[in-house]
Amino acid sequence: MSTAVLQVVHPSPGQAAWRRFRRHRLAMAGAVTILVLVLASMLGPYLLPFDDTYIDVLKRFAPPLSGAHLLGTDELGRDVLARLMMGGRVSLSIGIVAMGIAMAVGIVVGAFAGFYGGVLGAVLMRLVDAVLCFPTIFLLLALAALIEPGLVTTTVLIAATAWMGVARVVEAQVRSLRQRDFAIAAVAFGSSNLRIMFRELVPNAMAPIVVAATLNVAKAILLESYVSYLGYGIQPPAASWGNMLNNAQIYLTSAPWLAIAPGVAITLAVTSFNFLGDGLRDALDPRMNIS
Amino acid sequence: MARYVANRLAQAIMLLVIVSAIGFAILHLAPGGPLSQYAASAQMTQEDLDRVSRQLGLDRPLPIQYLDWFSRMLGGDWGHSYRDGEAVLSVIGSHLGATFELMATATIIAVLLGSWIGVLGALRRYSLFDTLATVGAMIALSIPTFWFGLVTIYVFSVKLGWLPAGDRETVGDGSFLDLLHHLIAPAVVLALVETAMWGRFMRSSMLEVINQDYIRTARAKGIPQWRVLTRHALRNALLPMITVAGLQFPTLLGGALVAETVFTWPGMGRLFLDSIGYRDYPVVMGILMFSATMVLLGSLIADILYAVVDPRIRVG
Repeated sequence: MSTAVLQVVHPSPGQAAWRRFRRHRLAMAGAVTILVLVLASMLGPYLLPFDDTYIDVLKRFAPPLSGAHLLGTDELGRDVLARLMMGGRVSLSIGIVAMGIAMAVGIVVGAFAGFYGGVLGAVLMRLVDAVLCFPTIFLLLALAALIEPGLVTTTVLIAATAWMGVARVVEAQVRSLRQRDFAIAAVAFGSSNLRIMFRELVPNAMAPIVVAATLNVAKAILLESYVSYLGYGIQPPAASWGNMLNNAQIYLTSAPWLAIAPGVAITLAVTSFNFLGDGLRDALDPRMNIS
Repeated sequence: MARYVANRLAQAIMLLVIVSAIGFAILHLAPGGPLSQYAASAQMTQEDLDRVSRQLGLDRPLPIQYLDWFSRMLGGDWGHSYRDGEAVLSVIGSHLGATFELMATATIIAVLLGSWIGVLGALRRYSLFDTLATVGAMIALSIPTFWFGLVTIYVFSVKLGWLPAGDRETVGDGSFLDLLHHLIAPAVVLALVETAMWGRFMRSSMLEVINQDYIRTARAKGIPQWRVLTRHALRNALLPMITVAGLQFPTLLGGALVAETVFTWPGMGRLFLDSIGYRDYPVVMGILMFSATMVLLGSLIADILYAVVDPRIRVG
């Protein structure tokens, strides 16, 4: 005679979060869109017969779907689709790399401020407040005007104007977490302060950090489009979604398609990352995971 | 109350000092520092540069220079434009009106429209309207302002011919109606992001209020629904929005810069970009410092106002 054992299966926190995330349809749509955009930017240029910087003066301003140019050509006869894909590489990488730098800076500043508190904490957090006083675009343009614009400088500058939010989140988390038993146990265990900060406390604040990181990518892509549109970011002939719109205004009457494709791409990418961040916030609900 | 204000004021002054130190650091990051204007000229020899440097006091230690610079800023001497030698503060002043007009109009649109959307969304939570408003707000926050401006120009100026494509007035006209006609498109474009943010915060603030006991009490007393809404719920839900208004100020300023560029609006944002183009560092720095100071003041005023209307803040 066999006994039926009733087993209660508890999903692991990761599985539970994944379930909650899957229910968030907009976030799923965002994730899929991001995947499509990334793949198109990565592989697309190999599939097209046109180079993004190839100038064909005989085919200037070809409207979309005319002949071989799916999205038409620009004022120099360059293929818009090829530029859109190469621009996607630039804009998406800037978004992700700038986020990475901003996260690193924000986490370090936040962890030190939250862990040590006191004068150091106060000074660091007042610095965060002070940088936040500058409207982002003003600060970004003023800095961009002072140095040679390019891929690396644009990325670093965007990161320099985007780390403060994360620092605030991490500071608050670390400040409350360091009072907890596991942190005190780590002290008793003889762990170094650095180890406690970055191996014990910061990993426990991962949920809000991941959410902030996702929203930060959206912000960085948006900022790249602003500086490049205004002429102080990525410089032609290299394409970025922002600098493709740089000349679009002049040709708005004669060639409106030049303005449409890059704008739609930026909006799509930024919306997707924002929805993804929203979905992650619901899925990883910080209050559930941390306290 | 006096103690809270004094405390908050002291914080603001401390922040102003840090903000100005950042500004000073950026100024010295400029190629050639404050001397760049002279260094650019081929006729200047190294001796000339050294002499100018001494005259301007640039050979002194940095902390002394900073104190000097900061005290002159406080005294209203913000330097002179490289372009025409005009005092920086008066250049800024002459462009402020246009920017203020744009920002004020956009704020009025955003507050009215955003409040309506937010309140309705909270009252009919998870309805079709609420869902569309939430998704719409997220998309509105993701659209680059300048691109929305381009689309607006294309649709309403190029295709329909209803609105002018830029500028603040028609040369030689400048009547009230003409000004209004030019104001519509940039103000609406600037208002998009503000409306989305205001609507989201209004919705959550309203949701918090309508679940409170005093709202149930008001309903139980038999007060008509609309009166409960306006007199009891809305008034309380609007309180935290004072803070939101203060927080939104930097975004509003940044958005104004972009809207002004797209619509060739003769405001401070456009002046800022033009000055960057001319490498007119005193004006660039002046506007950067001016906008940061305005943001600082904005959040200070918002905090004090909030403490005035909500006594719980002063105590806690």
